[in-house]
Amino acid sequence: MATHHEVLQASRAGVFLPRPVSTTGFWSWVTTVDHKRIGIMYFFTSILFFLVGGIEALIIRTQLFAPDLKIVSADTFNQLFTMHGTTMVFLAVMPLSAAFFNYLLPLMLGARDVAFPRLNAFSYWMYLFGGIFINTGWFVNAAPAVGWFGYANLTSTTYTPGLATDYWTLGLQILGIGTLVSGFNFIVTILNMRAPGMSLMKMPVFLWTTLVTSFLIIFSFPSVTVGLILVTFDRLFNTNFFEVAANGDVVLWQHLFWIFGHPEVYILILPAMGIVSEILPTFARKPLFGYSVMVLSTMLIGFLGFGVWSHHMFTVGLGPVVNSIFSLATMAIAIPTGVKIFNWVSTLWGGSIRFKTPLIFALGFIFQFMIGGLSGVMHSSAPSNAQQQDTYFVVAHFHYVLIGGALFALFAGIYYWFPKVTGRLMNEKLGVINFILMFIGFNVTFFPMHFLGLMGMPRRIYTYDAALGLQFWNQVSTVGAFILAAGVTVFLVNFVISLARGEKAAADPWDARTLEWMTSNPPPVYNFAVTPVVSARDEFWARKYEGVAAKESAAALEEAKKHGIHIPGNSYFPIIMAAGITVFCYGLLYSGALAIAGLAVTILSFFGWAFEGVGGTIIYPEGDAR
Amino acid sequence: MVRSAKLKRHVPIVSSLLPLLYASTVHAQVPQSVFAPAGPVARTQGGLLSLTLYVAIGIFIVVGSILFYTIIRFRAKPGDPIPKQIHGNTTLEVIWTVIPIIILTVIAVPTVRHGFSLASPPTDDVLEVRAIGHQWWWEFEYPELGIVTANELRVPVGQVIYLTLESKDVIHSFWVPRLAGKMDVVPNRVNAMWFVAEEAGIFYGQCAEFCGTSHANMRLRVVAQPADEFNAWVAGRQSVEAIVPANDLVARGKELFESTGTCFACHTVDGTTAAGKVGPDLSDFGGRTTLAAGMLPNTPENLAAWLRDPQAIKPGALMPRLNLSEADIEALTAFLHSLM
Repeated sequence: MATHHEVLQASRAGVFLPRPVSTTGFWSWVTTVDHKRIGIMYFFTSILFFLVGGIEALIIRTQLFAPDLKIVSADTFNQLFTMHGTTMVFLAVMPLSAAFFNYLLPLMLGARDVAFPRLNAFSYWMYLFGGIFINTGWFVNAAPAVGWFGYANLTSTTYTPGLATDYWTLGLQILGIGTLVSGFNFIVTILNMRAPGMSLMKMPVFLWTTLVTSFLIIFSFPSVTVGLILVTFDRLFNTNFFEVAANGDVVLWQHLFWIFGHPEVYILILPAMGIVSEILPTFARKPLFGYSVMVLSTMLIGFLGFGVWSHHMFTVGLGPVVNSIFSLATMAIAIPTGVKIFNWVSTLWGGSIRFKTPLIFALGFIFQFMIGGLSGVMHSSAPSNAQQQDTYFVVAHFHYVLIGGALFALFAGIYYWFPKVTGRLMNEKLGVINFILMFIGFNVTFFPMHFLGLMGMPRRIYTYDAALGLQFWNQVSTVGAFILAAGVTVFLVNFVISLARGEKAAADPWDARTLEWMTSNPPPVYNFAVTPVVSARDEFWARKYEGVAAKESAAALEEAKKHGIHIPGNSYFPIIMAAGITVFCYGLLYSGALAIAGLAVTILSFFGWAFEGVGGTIIYPEGDAR
Repeated sequence: MVRSAKLKRHVPIVSSLLPLLYASTVHAQVPQSVFAPAGPVARTQGGLLSLTLYVAIGIFIVVGSILFYTIIRFRAKPGDPIPKQIHGNTTLEVIWTVIPIIILTVIAVPTVRHGFSLASPPTDDVLEVRAIGHQWWWEFEYPELGIVTANELRVPVGQVIYLTLESKDVIHSFWVPRLAGKMDVVPNRVNAMWFVAEEAGIFYGQCAEFCGTSHANMRLRVVAQPADEFNAWVAGRQSVEAIVPANDLVARGKELFESTGTCFACHTVDGTTAAGKVGPDLSDFGGRTTLAAGMLPNTPENLAAWLRDPQAIKPGALMPRLNLSEADIEALTAFLHSLM
């Protein structure tokens, strides 16, 4: 078992505030820049928001159990579906993916941390504060109610007066800044900090999906940022970008949003695809089939993903030329997506498949993502899209790819990497029960929505006419939602029990293929005493079974033990700057003085961050550290 | 006009609705179904939908079966050696790239073809209608006929209806699934669509773009009638003569409507002094099958409930609570139901 002792860095230069040096206790988490701790914080926060979004969904499904129910009012329902969508997309699935990026990226690359550790911490605090900001609306009777894609001109102060829409626009900006900054961080890390010998084409596929996701982030978020600024200016400063009376063009909002919104769905699914691409080879004991094609497909999906946004706008009346172009582009994207599915199945073909919980969830992903992808192909034909758009058929489609796809893959990843992070295995029996309940619950909830859409049920309606014949499938769907909730509960129980007294795990409990499994459970704070030297794809597997020798030198290890390893220093400024920005946004809504205070804190922390000096901790690995 | 003559004039219109109601019960179970097209636009779009559906089901069966077979055939058995570490197969990659391209071409060709054909409506014998979306009701104007109505769009069977779409406030979407796919109703923009109702009947529809509090309650009907009945309705609407109330209750209602009831401030009824433009035109209200934009059957009880408290039925509705007495409500109900 590796041990180390620490020497605190003498330099505590700091500006306004000294760099914090403690590495244990509450404040060490608040000021941490360690990617593993940040990953853990992302994880727990995203599960919390996932439960909030899930409760919102259960209330929605209860209200829709029968026609003309009055469980919630029309306005409350409209807030619920707005917040459910916003929460699940921005506060649950994306950050859960970020938890994996954060924890695993440096480990899989053979690096000690990401390129910009303080920026990494800042991203997390912007996420937490943005999530709190957006949910503040619930407590001041101003929860946003414009739908998760907030179409103008419903977002005008004429039609949604009060603070609710502003909580939505400003909250998304806070979240957006955090995400954008992460995108840059991960790109630089992947391009610059790979272990020696790890060429791009030797990286685990999960790192490729992280890389492409990060490019999608930095190219797409600016579009929605601009759109949100235009809406904010209309609402707060009386401009006329989307004001109909002044000849504003509300369709412009839709373009700006969906140019972001479509790449966003690939941001949501690519990390999950990466996770599945890591899990299948481990449990089939075969390499990922068609690595180069998988990498190319990922890049193609990312690239083409910028060319299809108007398929969300087929009924806006843009005309047959535009609609045809986007129909064809959307069909084109089905090809690399389908190719991926075939490569996953081929990874399993000829393998020796062990049915552990991570693999079972990954299989659920393949099956359900395939259904969601196929209903997506159905949407791609513009003329028939006119009968599907804005109906429950679309709701079925995106829940199949987002829950059946992304969420199931993320759960697979949780079961898979749990032992690496905690040193214990999650319980297999409970894992199977978790899967069965979620699988049944998910499909019973969402498959009937295909029927409901084609039976004429539009989206975003708090009730429906009893004469439409929609009641039966709505009831089935509601029952399914509670089964799904039971499945999630079993997951939570499994998580807690396993954390407390799960079976202890070896460093490589699954006989896996990639570098992170070479470290202890959990990895030491410096990840690797000596940066691994790589010569093969699936380097760890190659060392175990293909006679590839470990190439790190004993001399390097002695060096590390003698001179120590420098770990990036904690800092107060990431959280303070995030707080400053958030306070500024509250100030825009409530008080000019508060806004100025927030701005001042932000600017000061900017300088503090820039000039606080190197800081850090020197750590000396001891004993059998590697 | 003498009371009995007035009644006689309206009997054909009322009785024509009965067979329509019957015809619509054939599809009564699922009146907004996408799979029961009653016109060429819905039929064409439905055909494409079916094509893509069969393709999707076919692919699902093939790939799903292969997946299922794979996980059974290749499950680990104790003592299994490490499997052959196959990295890929170029031939396979080419095959399973080309086959999807071919399948997609089968979908793409009719997609583009129908996309263009549906965008060019027939130009012979077209009836033009302006549909104007309001929060949360539908205004319909027949510019060539000089008629304005609301929420129930009457059309002659078999004729091309060319619908232009405008919004008075936010984005809505006009959707009557059995007749045609939806088209958004966008402020500062005029969209257009067309449909033909090939059979007589009452076709259900509703707004399909979230437009605020009562989006769920912004419903509509398209009432397709044989040409002669439609023309009779048009003639009745076009002959605007001062309304002569049939009895005292109706007269009291008319009086309230035009004065202290304040209805005139927002509503128009041809043949009275009420010419408000804020709310739906109520000139033929008595002949409508529903009230509050397709929400409730147009019965005296429902109308009275609406007049008592519109917000209780349609949250957020711009029609305020008028605090009318029960006697006033009874009179107004009688008056409104007399309007054919």
